[in-house]
Amino acid sequence: MSETKKSDVTVPAQASAPEAENDVLLKVQGLQKHFPIRKGVLQRQVGAVKAVDGIDFEVRRGETLGVVGESGCGKSTMGRVITRLQDPTGGSIHFEGKDITRLNTAGMRPLRRDIQMIFQDPYGSLNPRHTIGSIVSAPFRLQGVEPEGGVKKEVQRLLELVGLSPEHYNRYPHEFSGGQRQRIGIARALALKPKLVVADEPVSALDVSIQAQVVNLMDDLQQELGLTYVIIAHDLSVVRHVSDRIAVMYLGKIVELADRTSLYESPMHPYTKALMSAVPVPDPRRRGAKSERILLRGDVPSPIAPPPGCRFHTRCWKATEICKTTEPPLLELRPGQQVACHHPESFEDQAPQDTVLLTAAKEAAELVADEVLAESAETSAAVAAEVKAHAEPASEEVSKTSDGVSKTSDGVSKTSDEPESTDK
Amino acid sequence: MTAPIETTGASEAQPEAVLSGADKGQIEGRSLGQIAWTRFKKDKVAVAGGVVVILLILLAILARPIQALFGLDPNAFNQDLLDPNTSLPHGDWGGMSAEHPLGIDPNFGRDIATRILEGSWVSLVVAFGATILSNTIGTILGVIAGYYGGRTDAIISRLMDTFLAFPLLLFAIAISATLQGGAFGLEGLPLHISVLIFIIGFFNWPYLGRIVRGQTLALREREFVDASRGMGAKGPYILFRELLPNLVGPIIVYSTLLIPTNILFEASLSFLGVGIQPPQASWGGMLSEAVKFYKVDPQFMIVPGLAIFVTVLAFNLLGDGLRDALDPRSR
Repeated sequence: MSETKKSDVTVPAQASAPEAENDVLLKVQGLQKHFPIRKGVLQRQVGAVKAVDGIDFEVRRGETLGVVGESGCGKSTMGRVITRLQDPTGGSIHFEGKDITRLNTAGMRPLRRDIQMIFQDPYGSLNPRHTIGSIVSAPFRLQGVEPEGGVKKEVQRLLELVGLSPEHYNRYPHEFSGGQRQRIGIARALALKPKLVVADEPVSALDVSIQAQVVNLMDDLQQELGLTYVIIAHDLSVVRHVSDRIAVMYLGKIVELADRTSLYESPMHPYTKALMSAVPVPDPRRRGAKSERILLRGDVPSPIAPPPGCRFHTRCWKATEICKTTEPPLLELRPGQQVACHHPESFEDQAPQDTVLLTAAKEAAELVADEVLAESAETSAAVAAEVKAHAEPASEEVSKTSDGVSKTSDGVSKTSDEPESTDK
Repeated sequence: MTAPIETTGASEAQPEAVLSGADKGQIEGRSLGQIAWTRFKKDKVAVAGGVVVILLILLAILARPIQALFGLDPNAFNQDLLDPNTSLPHGDWGGMSAEHPLGIDPNFGRDIATRILEGSWVSLVVAFGATILSNTIGTILGVIAGYYGGRTDAIISRLMDTFLAFPLLLFAIAISATLQGGAFGLEGLPLHISVLIFIIGFFNWPYLGRIVRGQTLALREREFVDASRGMGAKGPYILFRELLPNLVGPIIVYSTLLIPTNILFEASLSFLGVGIQPPQASWGGMLSEAVKFYKVDPQFMIVPGLAIFVTVLAFNLLGDGLRDALDPRSR
């Protein structure tokens, strides 16, 4: 592909492409993880929870990939599958070019040295009956590695590296605070100098004040040891702080994958946009400027029976017929920004022929601030048509509309009035 | 594999820690075992139970040496002290005297105190042996069922149900009766003890098995198990290094509570005449012999009865105290 376009290599994305190819540490294609639901005496499978349902991404050497999404969107499952703590249902995982999708436990064992995991719960991830020394030295014992100067010395060095005292060697986990325990978990994960560290919500169980410590520690260690991270989190500010690139997941799919700046400054997927609008602004003076908070209606649909087409169409204010029928592919619309959407934000509409919003979308739009709608209208034909139709009666009865908006959040009855008013 | 990691052995590694942190003062790690011990010490009733248990164990261990030392024989007859007409001992309270502090038994005139002493080691050997046997089987099968789940769990769990549904007492009577003559190259007392240990131990394992399985089910979802798997640990490592140390509490507690049950069971079997066979002294056997005389002199029943009662009570108190101290909910 790069050969044919050799003349115009000036485009940065393509120039870096061959280099990036070599530098891919982890490549995930069409990854699926379904948990079967069994019922009855014969334990027949009657369905499946599609926790991860076909995701593709790459992790480059030395970068930090953040994975964000609502609870239950499959982030953690994804992390456990790429570390092969759980077996994938479909798709493939390549680590350093090697297919590890179907490796058995014995085949995975040597690779465990290169792929490590940091866990969410610092209280559950350390065996309460083992000393810290025993916990941190477990990787050496299990992998049969004899570090220079002996295991004990190396463990004490690791403890120091994560900011703990080497004298803690003989103490037990229950003597430590959550933040300290998480550091112990980090020391254990780093013991064998892994290439890839998958951190599953590494700070979400910690106090906010401790979160910064741990996040900064991870950052420092990355620079010091040249680590590659996949950090799974639901805290957007944490992810923004640590990640180079960010993947946004929704119901087992990646809806947007972009570098940090693009994602936070110009999110293209409506879901990302809604997510970003939920980040609290700590400065009260700037709070007014950020009034375009996007509320999403209802809950995430069940992963047992995900909606057809685009999975977000049930809650999206831009959803049209095509969203219901065709699943949008994850496309690189802008260099370094992959989006799976028919009607991306601030970009050319991928399905401009579809100009009729779904009823659900109209309801969803009620919860979206006018500025956002106006912004969306610039790129989405359907929203533009809707906004235009809406604008005329709305200008007459501004007070009534705004009243309707607030009511709709607690009752559907009022929303039925809205399409009528647009018909006028 | 390198040297085994002690789960509660903080004390043996401590001098090194003190060395490395000598100038900063000692940092002493208190293991969960040590914490449990401080908690246990506060429970006076349990400590009393523990003291009695230790005394009993010492007594049982020293039973034969004491007999040798004082020239006592549990099977020595003292026909001269018996009334030839009633075959009861002369004097009140079962013929209590300075020579025979707890009296002598009817028919034979054997010293009751010596027989109680002799019976103590039989009781404890059977009870401990059976407890060890059943808890070993129960722990291993329970932890395997809990950790591996699925079909393994189903098979083991059904096996437990089968064992629990067994008419144990009838089975014990049948087996004991069949093996009375001699089997497996054993006969006499060693055979009776082995048979009792086998019967009591082999059919009691599902109780602990279920407890261990349940605890394992909860433990295996903890992240440290995932962490261990993520480092490439094999099944046996996870079972015996990660999970088992966390099960020690319930196992110890259940064992201390199982021992008195087993003592009672042994006594019942001996009482029914299918356990320890006369003339070997055993508490159950002594009760059985006393039954014929309880209207004439309850002394013969009170002494072995008290021995069983004190032993069972002491073990139960100790077990309850241990359960509180090793609170299974502690992290």
